[in-house]
Amino acid sequence: MSLTEERSARALDVARIRADFPVLQRTVGDRPLVYLDSAATSQKPRQVIDAESDFYAHHNANAHRGLYMLAEEATEMYEGARGKLARFIGAPDPATIVFTRGTTESTNLVAYAWARRELKEGDEILLTDMEHHSNIVPWQIAARDTGAVLRYIPLSDDGLLELSDLGSLLTERTRLLAVTGMSNSLGTLPPMGQLIDAAHAVGALVLVDGAQLVPHVPVDVTELDCDFLTISGHKMLGPTASGGLYGKLDLLERMDVFLAGGHMIDEVFHERATWNVVPYKFEAGTMNIAQEIGLGAAVDYLEALGMDAVRAHEEEITAYAISRLLEAGARVFGPHDTSVRGGAVSFWYRDVHPHDLATILNEEGIAIRAGHHCNQLVMRRYGVPATARASFYVYNTNEEVDVLVEALAKAEDVFGL
Amino acid sequence: MALDDIYKEVILDHYKNPRNKREMPDAELSCSRNNPLCGDEITVFVHAEDGKVHEVSFMGQGCSISQSSASMMTEAVAGKAVEDVHALIGDFRSMMAGDLDPSEEELGDLVALKGVVKYPIRIKCAVLAWDVLQEALGGTGGEASGGSPH
Repeated sequence: MSLTEERSARALDVARIRADFPVLQRTVGDRPLVYLDSAATSQKPRQVIDAESDFYAHHNANAHRGLYMLAEEATEMYEGARGKLARFIGAPDPATIVFTRGTTESTNLVAYAWARRELKEGDEILLTDMEHHSNIVPWQIAARDTGAVLRYIPLSDDGLLELSDLGSLLTERTRLLAVTGMSNSLGTLPPMGQLIDAAHAVGALVLVDGAQLVPHVPVDVTELDCDFLTISGHKMLGPTASGGLYGKLDLLERMDVFLAGGHMIDEVFHERATWNVVPYKFEAGTMNIAQEIGLGAAVDYLEALGMDAVRAHEEEITAYAISRLLEAGARVFGPHDTSVRGGAVSFWYRDVHPHDLATILNEEGIAIRAGHHCNQLVMRRYGVPATARASFYVYNTNEEVDVLVEALAKAEDVFGL
Repeated sequence: MALDDIYKEVILDHYKNPRNKREMPDAELSCSRNNPLCGDEITVFVHAEDGKVHEVSFMGQGCSISQSSASMMTEAVAGKAVEDVHALIGDFRSMMAGDLDPSEEELGDLVALKGVVKYPIRIKCAVLAWDVLQEALGGTGGEASGGSPH
């Protein structure tokens, strides 16, 4: 049996995983915390907290600056994290990973350094109606500044991309398809292989918003052949403000710079400057060194669990949650088939507004998200102002789903339904 | 904290049976706003003449706190002089900021919303309709419903 097969055969030991997360030991009032908001941000294992704190306690110096031992250690640890992240997503070369504050900054980087330089009037950017605002607004601004046009792939009633008209949306005018790898409100996993092939066939580039995808599903960018992948560290057990952008090397090399300042330059003269090599030409100023090192520890943690096992665990808990919510009379948005969706489960319970529901569930120690989830296009499509959303990760259990469903009865009591 | 503090009977009554929830097409003043945090939206219509607020109605959708607050507000301000309405808006804001502990005699049903102060995130919901009313009356709405992170 190969190492990969051994990994995929191994189920997660959730009790042991939970023991690694200090925050999961706390209570809310007198109730144990039931954290069901990992799609907003994941909790952090001790290994990640320790890695960040160990850096500050024993190795803190600026990376790529000093010539003394501490600076060498800092540089080595920072670059080590880049190597880990590259390997984690199947990137061929650590230089294809630009460290950023996360997916929002990564998308803005491409919108600024690629789209503004490359797009001209009449060019089209194809998005989908399930994109997070952070994968819409940067393109709106790039379109405004270049005369490019935005188009959108619509959604079906059951939360899938409606691809029957793809041929008329994806044409030789399309320069970029920017699409989420997993919807943060519907949970939908779009057919990435099909979309990427179709985009490349008309000469368009593809940016995959990996905010929800990379933490939860095995990803191999070489196999996917996407041109860009945005990565959020804090949603995959890493520190806030950690994350990155994967880009094909030749694209990154041709792209304009983004933020300007120290370290992104090669030489500076009075009137002009030349740029450092990829990825450093995109890393201006002092970066989030400790946070990216923490992200490296998060990658180690996820790799030790095995991403196939992570995905299998989430499929199981998501299927259980959807069936229990439906039984309880909730409307569950997005596809119900867990083979085409992840663990962000949006629902509407009876006539209880999601905001009221979140307050009532909080009394039971349950943390869910209520709102539009930065998905106003999705809310409009399904005719709701907001949804309640429970989202799952490696540390969640079916018992926590039971606590959630039982607590829904409390909302009924309060509102006398 | 107890849910009874926030979901008082009078709040639930206004939520389930909102008063003055209708459009007022001939209103002299109207204004709309939404709460970006939760997607709540409220339009307030004001029939005001000769320095007096004769009638206020609202439309919109939202959580029990934003809807009941709007409903209670329409009853509380009807028939008051505009300057008294501004004073009431000020008192309501002070109560929601925790700076004022009014009696039922002073604020009527509105004191039921006092419990929301213990749920800081929900204060925006309670204040939303009042911001819209203030803006409709020509004052600048408070900052409570603007630019909230989400």
